[in-house]
Amino acid sequence: MKPVNQKAWLLILPVVVCVAFSAILPLMTIVNYSVQDIISPERRVFVGTEWFASVLQDEELHNALWRQVGFSLAVLLVEIPLGILLAICMPAHGWRASAVLVVVALSLLIPWNVVGTIWQVFGRTDIGLLGATLSWMGFDYNYTGDDVDAWLTVLVMDVWHWTPLVALLCYAGLRAIPQAYYQAARIDGASRMAVFRYIELPKMRGVLMIAVLLRFMDSFMIYTEPFVLTGGGPGNATTFLSQYLTTKAVGQFDLGPAAAFSIIYFLIILLLCFILYNWIQRAGTSGAPDEENVHA
Amino acid sequence: MASIELDLSHSYVAQPATEDDYALLPLQYTFRNGGAYALLGPSGCGKTTLLNCVSGLLRPSAGHVRFDGQDVTAHTPQRRNIAQVFQFPVVYDTMTVAQNLAFPLRNWGIAPDRVRERVGRVAEMLELSSVLDRRARNLSADAKQKISLGRGLVRNDVSAVLFDEPLTVIDPHLKWELRRKLKEIHQEFKLTLIYVTHDQTEALTFADQVVVMSRGKVVQVGTPDDLFLLPGHTFVGHFIGSPGMNFLPARWQDGGVQVGSRRLGSPAPELAHRLAEGGAFTLGVRPEFVGLAQAEAMGALPVSVARLQDVGTYLLLTGAFEGHAIKARLPLDAGAPPVGATAWLSVLNAHTCFYRDEELIR
Repeated sequence: MKPVNQKAWLLILPVVVCVAFSAILPLMTIVNYSVQDIISPERRVFVGTEWFASVLQDEELHNALWRQVGFSLAVLLVEIPLGILLAICMPAHGWRASAVLVVVALSLLIPWNVVGTIWQVFGRTDIGLLGATLSWMGFDYNYTGDDVDAWLTVLVMDVWHWTPLVALLCYAGLRAIPQAYYQAARIDGASRMAVFRYIELPKMRGVLMIAVLLRFMDSFMIYTEPFVLTGGGPGNATTFLSQYLTTKAVGQFDLGPAAAFSIIYFLIILLLCFILYNWIQRAGTSGAPDEENVHA
Repeated sequence: MASIELDLSHSYVAQPATEDDYALLPLQYTFRNGGAYALLGPSGCGKTTLLNCVSGLLRPSAGHVRFDGQDVTAHTPQRRNIAQVFQFPVVYDTMTVAQNLAFPLRNWGIAPDRVRERVGRVAEMLELSSVLDRRARNLSADAKQKISLGRGLVRNDVSAVLFDEPLTVIDPHLKWELRRKLKEIHQEFKLTLIYVTHDQTEALTFADQVVVMSRGKVVQVGTPDDLFLLPGHTFVGHFIGSPGMNFLPARWQDGGVQVGSRRLGSPAPELAHRLAEGGAFTLGVRPEFVGLAQAEAMGALPVSVARLQDVGTYLLLTGAFEGHAIKARLPLDAGAPPVGATAWLSVLNAHTCFYRDEELIR
């Protein structure tokens, strides 16, 4: 029989302790809450899956979920093409490249809540550059009162904040393409469109997938910026999932339903992560490793 | 197809002052229509720069490129109608092999049935027929490079096909085969082919005319025979041949060639006349033309043998005469003296060349 070395358990113990305190115990607390009705800190009643059933039938939550899905899709549809376009337009060499990189990365350095505040001021019709300009041009723009305006403002804010990330990723992907590809395309008489379609886009596939994954996950969990900018309003127009959850848990102190919903939210994200992860894995292994990149 | 006239120089710095600033020193050369040329030289000698000037990927900083007398210096590769194959395989990942081969034709707006015919033809030539419908990205490096070659050969109306060390990534056994294929293709279609390589065997077997380059300069243009028998420059003698030419400092003295303390006699009269004009020169003789001689024979040098290598089909003798290394390729049964002994090697014969300031004295 092979001797079993029990010392290994000792070595992974620090990790187990860390993960337990950072992830497993908090999660278990939530599970604990989700099956109880907490009336006061001293009085609690076990309710089984009741909260889950009621949360799943909650009309408001459904609305928040659809708003969330719509928002994430809109974010992807705008930011990915825009990021690619930006990356292609960015200079490749010299001091201009460095300067543009810094300028493009600027918005990524701003903390979330500051971004919200910036746009809150930016969009005001009395003193904000955007709001005042739109009003002056005759648009009836009011992000605090109009659903569509609020939704669009949040979207534009996210695009402003995060398109640079997509652009930087794509830029890195573009720079990794060996010059020989462009030369061969010129020899083959390919148009600019064909170069994009047959060289740049396929070669950017890896970074684009990372960009899609990051932007989807981030936008699906968006909280701070709309919270600062619109507070979820007007009405519920910009109340996304995390916003709704926070209102329930902290605002109304409905710990049971909030915990049940947290778990469902967690499962949704886990499922989406799983799907995206597998998609990326499959796309990554369906082809032989790229020899060109080894030489480059 | 076209004859390609070059009269250009190229520098990557704005105001070239010294020779070192040039990637390509001023040169004039004409690639004849339908010829097979090789550009041969060590890495970084300007071969690829020259090729890119021909194809139009690079605009020379001075001078002109003319195709059949027409100035095309400002034209794009597309307008020049040039095909070029690169060192590392370039395939369009998302396309099948057939689509890859058809790509240049489609960009030139060739009719679909004509495209199919050409693609079939080229695929057959390069033995790619069986993988035509597979995605190009999943193939081996060999197959990918064949696709690159195929894209270079698929248009049959091109001005010239340029190869930039196309067989670097190919397996040795396949290398031979592809080189033979290219030669066949050349003979069949009479395309102008220009082939860049740093491998002399590749250049000498492929080309009718070899352009030898060194440090941005064309040092000699000639047939493989010329380059071997009459290297015009010591660089050529050194670079071509394996091992390269032996060089010995020599001078003209008392009506004969003198190397160190040995008197070698006199070469042919007209050459002797040229040698007599100035004092010192360099004697060059290929190891293939160095032979064993009798002791104290006229035209022979006493060489202390340092090493004897059996290279299979011949014996390579390495030795030294008064501090100058000499190599000789001898038959296996030549009866070469052992290491440490003295071998008398004849270095003056009809194949001996003489150089002054690195240039051949004719």
